[in-house]
Amino acid sequence: MTSEASVLKENSELFWDLRLYVAGQNPKSITAFSNLKRLCEEYLKGHYKIEVVDLFKHPERAKGDQIIALPTLVRKLPEPIKRIVGDLSNSDRVIVEMNLQRPARRGGNKDLTGKDLTHA
Amino acid sequence: MPKAASPVPLLKKVPTGITGFDEITGGGVPAGRPTLICGSAGSGKSLFAMQFLIGGIAQHNEGGVLMTFEETADDIRKNVSSLGFDVDAFIRKKKLVIDFVKVDRSEIEESGEYDLEGLFIRLAHSIKAVGAKRVVLDTMEALFLGLSNQAILRSELRRLFGWLKEQGMTTLITGERGEGQLTRQGLEEYVSDCVILLDHRVTEQVSTRRLRVVKYRGSTHGTNEYPFLIEENGISILPITSSSLDYQVTTERITTGVKGLDEMLGGRGYYRGSTVLLTGPAGTGKTSVAAHLANATCARGERCVFFSFEESAAQILRNMRTIGLDLEGYVKRGLLEFQTVRPTMYGLEMHLVRMHKLIQQGKPEVVVIDPITNMQTSGTLADSTNMLIRLVDFLRMSGILGFLIGLSKGGQPSESTDEGLSSMVDAWLLLRDVESNGERNRLLYVLKARGMPHSNQVREFLITASGINLIDPYLGPGGVLTGSARVAQKAREEADLRTAEEEMERKALAFEHRRKSVEFQIEALRASFEADKAEFERLVASEKSRLQLRQQNQQTMARSRGLKIGSEKVRRNGGNTE
Repeated sequence: MTSEASVLKENSELFWDLRLYVAGQNPKSITAFSNLKRLCEEYLKGHYKIEVVDLFKHPERAKGDQIIALPTLVRKLPEPIKRIVGDLSNSDRVIVEMNLQRPARRGGNKDLTGKDLTHA
Repeated sequence: MPKAASPVPLLKKVPTGITGFDEITGGGVPAGRPTLICGSAGSGKSLFAMQFLIGGIAQHNEGGVLMTFEETADDIRKNVSSLGFDVDAFIRKKKLVIDFVKVDRSEIEESGEYDLEGLFIRLAHSIKAVGAKRVVLDTMEALFLGLSNQAILRSELRRLFGWLKEQGMTTLITGERGEGQLTRQGLEEYVSDCVILLDHRVTEQVSTRRLRVVKYRGSTHGTNEYPFLIEENGISILPITSSSLDYQVTTERITTGVKGLDEMLGGRGYYRGSTVLLTGPAGTGKTSVAAHLANATCARGERCVFFSFEESAAQILRNMRTIGLDLEGYVKRGLLEFQTVRPTMYGLEMHLVRMHKLIQQGKPEVVVIDPITNMQTSGTLADSTNMLIRLVDFLRMSGILGFLIGLSKGGQPSESTDEGLSSMVDAWLLLRDVESNGERNRLLYVLKARGMPHSNQVREFLITASGINLIDPYLGPGGVLTGSARVAQKAREEADLRTAEEEMERKALAFEHRRKSVEFQIEALRASFEADKAEFERLVASEKSRLQLRQQNQQTMARSRGLKIGSEKVRRNGGNTE
């Protein structure tokens, strides 16, 4: 389940590789996914990928990312790896923690922004 | 071993494989239910839990899942390998899963609602992978540190334990000890079936580990604190409450190894399986008496364990060689085992557990403890008394002769022991030293010997190059004579005896003289009598012949007057006489 920006070169500075762990289609999973999708579209449009892992189908994958609570969002890239648990209803928290600050950066860092834009 | 507490299994139980624990609880932990093990850091919770898993795999072929929140799988593997189990082999054989759950506050942020389904999924996956029957959750408290939403956490834990029960998993959950409650996070609230408390206490610089079953729903259990030991092969617990006096006794006797002492104890020595106390001040030869017993035991081919808290094995062997006991050969043959350790090395409980264990392993007929007095240094007096009573109970129960050595201090009444063991023991030998004539001599007497006639004598006790020698007592005006006084008395008695003998001989000689002189007199009288007798007979004979002659003459005269009898003869006769 990759985003539409899969063509983008995977640059750790510029590309958000996100993994959302859920357990089936329960309300929390659905809320979490829609919250995440909304935030990504808002801040990272075109520069992210979300993989949704259903642990009911792939229980063995829980160990790898040290999943305890569900839903859990794991930011694999950019490094360092970050985790956030819950249905992501607290947007500010997600933005700060996952550093979804592209619009702010766009203004602050010309070099990055320029590069980014050419790639986009 | 003492009998298990529960006669009727009310609840299905799962043996833990931990020495002693299954006895205390009458079978182990409740099957298919969670059990909480709480204790402070380093009290052995994780080890207990791990042993439970390994025991399940090794002894009952039951798969196990270890979910660890604190140590990595690698650390666990190393820790358990040191207990002599090949964890990797268990993992390869699909009998064990170690799942390290890393909960790091700095890496986890929370935003909105969540649950612990991830943990459930991981557990379920692991359980399925090995067909587990046993689950260990090692220190769940980590979850409380990693996740901030207590409300969610608590409801999820409740759900988790319910779920584990549903799955029929026998689960051990470890929990850190908290202030004023069993666990820091109040885990006992969720685990209502069985709660075990591990404790690690330090009293007077000596630490002792203890275990207590706080709660065991639906089952009787020992409620005392049980000391336990962590050793090379894991935890071993000693159930010691069973102190009922229903042990077997025997009339069989075993020699003390000292001839004179056997004689004092009705001629046959101690009862097998009894408890003997030997007390005496320093330097009275207590260890030597014990060594004689050990020597005699091993000579019969029986085993003896010698606990020495003061001397090293080499020292005892050397010292005993000088009094003619060569114990080294028995040590080499495995009949004699020396266990030498400083009393302060462990706490009392630990000593007891250790001794218990060594005795069970060694299966000796005789156990020597030299000395019991030192036990005080690793605990209080009351504690050491308690411990010794339990040890004596255990020895009796196992039919082992316990030879306890007590050091009595100078100036102390010798008929009592600090340890208050006097009434516990079956036989009590007392060693004393008396000072007289500028020397100190040793005395031994039997203060008490239950169930046997015993000597009431105080006997002198010599340690010679060929062992211990008990000497018949010499009584003097001031009591028993010992040492040179005894030797002097002996010499005096010998001199007296010799004088008496000489007097006797002299008298016999005089009598002989008298007899001879009397006999001589008798002989003389008899000779004179014989002479008189001969004279008398001669007189009688001559009178007889005279009468005869007269008769003849009368006949001759008669013939000459008319009667004709042998003319010639008559003529001649007639010519000689009238």
